Amino acid sequence: MALPLAKQFALMVPELFLLGMICAILVIDVFLKNSQRNVTYWLSQFSLLITGILVLTMNPGERITGFDGAFVSDPFSVLLKLFVVGITIAVFVYSRPYMRDRELFRGEYFVLGLAGVLGMMVLISAHSLLTIYLGLELMSLALYAMVAFQRDSGRASEAAMKYFVLGALASGLLLYGMSILYGLTGSLDITRIAINLAHSPHPEVAVGLAVVFIVSGVAFKLGAVPFHMWIPDVYEGAPTSVTLYMGSVTKIAAFAMVIRLLAEALPSAHIHWGGMLELLIVLSLAVGNVIAIAQTSIKRMLAYSTISHVGFVFMGVFAGTDAGYAAATYYVLVYALMSAGAFGMIALLSRKGFEAENIEDFKGLNQRSPWLAFMMLLIMFSMAGIPPTVGFYAKLVVLQAVVQVDQPWLALYAVIMSVIGAFYYLRVVKFMYFDKVEEVVPVRLKLDAGILMSFNGLALLALGMFPSVLMVYCTAAAGGL
Amino acid sequence: METVYLIIALAPLVGAIIAGLFGKKIGKTGAHTVTILGVGLSFGLSVWVFVRLVFQGMPTYDGNVYTWMMAGGYSFHIGFLIDHLSALMMLIVTFVSLMVHIYTIGYMAHDEELWPSDSQVRSTAYQRFFSYIALFTFSMLMLVMSNNLLQLFFGWEAVGLVSYLLIGFYMNKESAIYANLKAFIVNRVGDFGFLLGIAALFAYTGSLNYEEIFSQTGKLATATVMLIPGQEWSLPSVVAILLFIGAMGKSAQVPLHVWLPDSMEGPTPISALIHAATMVTAGIFMVTRMSPIYELSTTALSLMLIIGSIGAFFMGLIGVVQNDIKRVIAFSTLSQLGYMTAALGASAYAAGMFHLMTHAFFKALLFLAAGSVIMAMHHEQDIRKMGGLRKYMPITYVTALIGSLALIGFPGTSGFFSKDSIIEAVELSHIPGAHFAAALLILGVFVTALYTFRLFFLVFHGRERMDAHTRAHLHEPPWVVTLPLTLLALATIGAGGVMYPLLFGDFFRSIYVAPDHNVLAELHHHFHGALAFLIDGFLAPPFWLSMAGVLVAWDVTLYRSKLGIHVHSRLGWVRTILQNGYGFDAFNDYVFARGARGLGRLLWKAGDALLIDGLIVNGTARVIGWTADRLRWIQTGYVYHYSFAMIIGLLVLLSWYVLR
Repeated sequence: MALPLAKQFALMVPELFLLGMICAILVIDVFLKNSQRNVTYWLSQFSLLITGILVLTMNPGERITGFDGAFVSDPFSVLLKLFVVGITIAVFVYSRPYMRDRELFRGEYFVLGLAGVLGMMVLISAHSLLTIYLGLELMSLALYAMVAFQRDSGRASEAAMKYFVLGALASGLLLYGMSILYGLTGSLDITRIAINLAHSPHPEVAVGLAVVFIVSGVAFKLGAVPFHMWIPDVYEGAPTSVTLYMGSVTKIAAFAMVIRLLAEALPSAHIHWGGMLELLIVLSLAVGNVIAIAQTSIKRMLAYSTISHVGFVFMGVFAGTDAGYAAATYYVLVYALMSAGAFGMIALLSRKGFEAENIEDFKGLNQRSPWLAFMMLLIMFSMAGIPPTVGFYAKLVVLQAVVQVDQPWLALYAVIMSVIGAFYYLRVVKFMYFDKVEEVVPVRLKLDAGILMSFNGLALLALGMFPSVLMVYCTAAAGGL
Repeated sequence: METVYLIIALAPLVGAIIAGLFGKKIGKTGAHTVTILGVGLSFGLSVWVFVRLVFQGMPTYDGNVYTWMMAGGYSFHIGFLIDHLSALMMLIVTFVSLMVHIYTIGYMAHDEELWPSDSQVRSTAYQRFFSYIALFTFSMLMLVMSNNLLQLFFGWEAVGLVSYLLIGFYMNKESAIYANLKAFIVNRVGDFGFLLGIAALFAYTGSLNYEEIFSQTGKLATATVMLIPGQEWSLPSVVAILLFIGAMGKSAQVPLHVWLPDSMEGPTPISALIHAATMVTAGIFMVTRMSPIYELSTTALSLMLIIGSIGAFFMGLIGVVQNDIKRVIAFSTLSQLGYMTAALGASAYAAGMFHLMTHAFFKALLFLAAGSVIMAMHHEQDIRKMGGLRKYMPITYVTALIGSLALIGFPGTSGFFSKDSIIEAVELSHIPGAHFAAALLILGVFVTALYTFRLFFLVFHGRERMDAHTRAHLHEPPWVVTLPLTLLALATIGAGGVMYPLLFGDFFRSIYVAPDHNVLAELHHHFHGALAFLIDGFLAPPFWLSMAGVLVAWDVTLYRSKLGIHVHSRLGWVRTILQNGYGFDAFNDYVFARGARGLGRLLWKAGDALLIDGLIVNGTARVIGWTADRLRWIQTGYVYHYSFAMIIGLLVLLSWYVLR
């Protein structure tokens, strides 16, 4: 039964508003002088804020699909969109001083960033293979351009090129998988695909084939081994403000795609993708944690850490239960928060002519700014999973979900790998607190960025002490799938 | 009454806390006032409780006052059992403790002089000392007033802790640190056995409460335990021996006696209080308390007889060759503890307790007199450098004489009544080893008299061997020192008067003696009044042996002082053996201390450093680091390598999950 058209459009009011604002900002920005670029900044922040408010106010509170099943609004999408919008606001705050110092403070960054957010929101709400692909490509294209944003930097161009080529390959894999799925079921709508797969007989090999290509495609977007190779190069090559954006919010959107495709469209093929995910998890945890140890660049280190965190997110999905999906959702949201904080810290500590991109640059941070050092400590502890930070709880719920489906060995393996991983997080802490620098350069900090960073760091602590505040919503979101 | 018991136990603790934590604020006077008030209160109430219990027929109190914790379905209680036995112990402990507290005011008055001027603890050492001895009094009271083994163990460990702290009171002296470490470690050995004994009792009776344990002795008597497969041992023997191992540590029985002589590193008042009168007798008290268990095991009784008598004779022998005034008395304590243990072994618990009491008085008296001498001699402890102190310190001289006479058991003194009854009890005993023990105990009388009067003559009589400066300053100490001496001397003389009710009356109702072990009842048979016992004492061999000892002592020290040197040159090897304490220390140092350190070093180097740190911890880290260094080169930076990796991954997934 189809909804009236007005109600269908009501579902995507936030997206429509954001689209309108992107066009408006694009036009307005053309007429601004370089010194007036703050107008673009504030307009962008305003758009995001209103979008966020719209997401909240238009929240149907239940699962409603529109446009013939192509677009869905459910607790899951609302939760994820709120985090995407909120963290993007933080990303813009952290990036502003960084880009000012490097003469990158241009309107395009914000327009592309907002376009990426639009792509993510579409991806999160997508409920047909077509919308998924649309959202994914909108997001990816914005990202390709953003990575190459620093046009005169060879590193950035190289990274963008690699990202684009590999991304195209991955998109091809994903599309191929989708086409097999369409061929098998004769539908693009996720609900119908799921019903069809569950109730009609299909050749096992064909389903398996589709699943392999789809898993490969989503694994590339999240960055699971062996589809991870682009991550370190791109994270390192891109300007820190872009890495910050890519490293945090896009993971949430990519995770939404995983849930829509695997959990919603292919629940009956869990026997296929479960095993594949297990392999990806095992590899991701090992490669991410072990290679991170050998890194000297903090951006590369965090890139490898991303890979290992993706392993954890996949573990929640791998469980294939509501508890597992809730745990994975929780994990990815928390990860986005931690990652925004960590990359944001790199952006804040960099200044004109100096990139704080090596781990050694964090030496003696405690002397320079005890408060920032403490925030970084919280972020690192949280990433390592040390209580009472939220990272511990996130790992705990994921492991719980895995143990509940009788996979204690996988949980044990993940714990051992986390212990190895703790080494390089704690090394940063050791550099900050126990190593001294000869000349103490005080950190200049903008008020807004400082407040937001404090909020970001303390949120990790607060959520760690009251984890259920967020867990309730994650459980509701997973329950509403 | 519960409140009264609580006050008795807690008043010294309050004093200890105030003196310990606020010592700087309240100063020296404040510290000794508050602790003496606390201990004095305990003493006064103990007297009152004793009078009500013994003379006014108040019933025995047995009750719990506080539940400490619940674990495994069992509630651990803090509780009191106040019967004649604990009332007597409370009286002894608080009385001697009070005397020592008062004495300490004089003894420690100039204590700062013994500390280096830059020592940070120097200014509060006085307060700290009072805090410790008050804390000791609390711990000892908790031990004797307890109605269960757990609280007994708490007090047991607490007195051990305070003993440790006080032996090492002069913490800047290496010998003091060595001594307190030694005391602590040796006591660990004993406590290990003790704890196992408690655990075994708990395992078989399901309770730690004395009353509940003793109500099950019938069941325990026939119980057996298999510690080594195929070897059935009687449970009461195992428990009794394990508990006795604890007593051996605390009451310094051979071979766990080695810590006591070294404990003389502590200030003299605590040598009197802890290492002579009270703490070291905790083992005797504990065995007496547990008499219903010991009566089930002839093996354990026999063991106690033999170990006790060996200590009584051979430890006394070492005392003969010592030249440090405190060490002579320390070896004498070892010997006397041996007498008490032998009494327990002969099932004459009451005689052991009687000797415990008289010994507490006369040994505390001797130690305090020694302390008085040490003070006058400006902390010179070598008796070869003393002599002729009689005319400078008449009160100390008289009281020391009384103490010495009691120690050698001169008829009429309290020591005579208690020691003679032990010897006669052991002679009457039929427990295996009793004859051997009796012989050693009788010989021990000679040795006791020899070392006691050797010390006495060398210190108070003969040529004045000290230097002129010291001689010029020799004088009787202040009243705070002589008052406790006098009071203890009176107690030493008077304590013998309670022999009849203690040994033959029904004073110790809680002591259980099996009918065929009851040597005291038999002794009672032969007993025709104190006067007859006294007259018999003059005719019995122990008296003549002790007189012979005194005579020999007089001969070698005063009459023919060259004789000592002559004997020395002839019997040098005997002297060497004795001075080395039969090689116990050397053996322990060589085998246990070096062995343990060697084993520790082996485990450290091979187990910890090589295997755990090297192989497991650092090895893992190295392997991971190495792997990381290799793996990072996979990241070549070439986009076709990256896409190749993706295709390989795809192929693996395909072949593994689809085409298998």
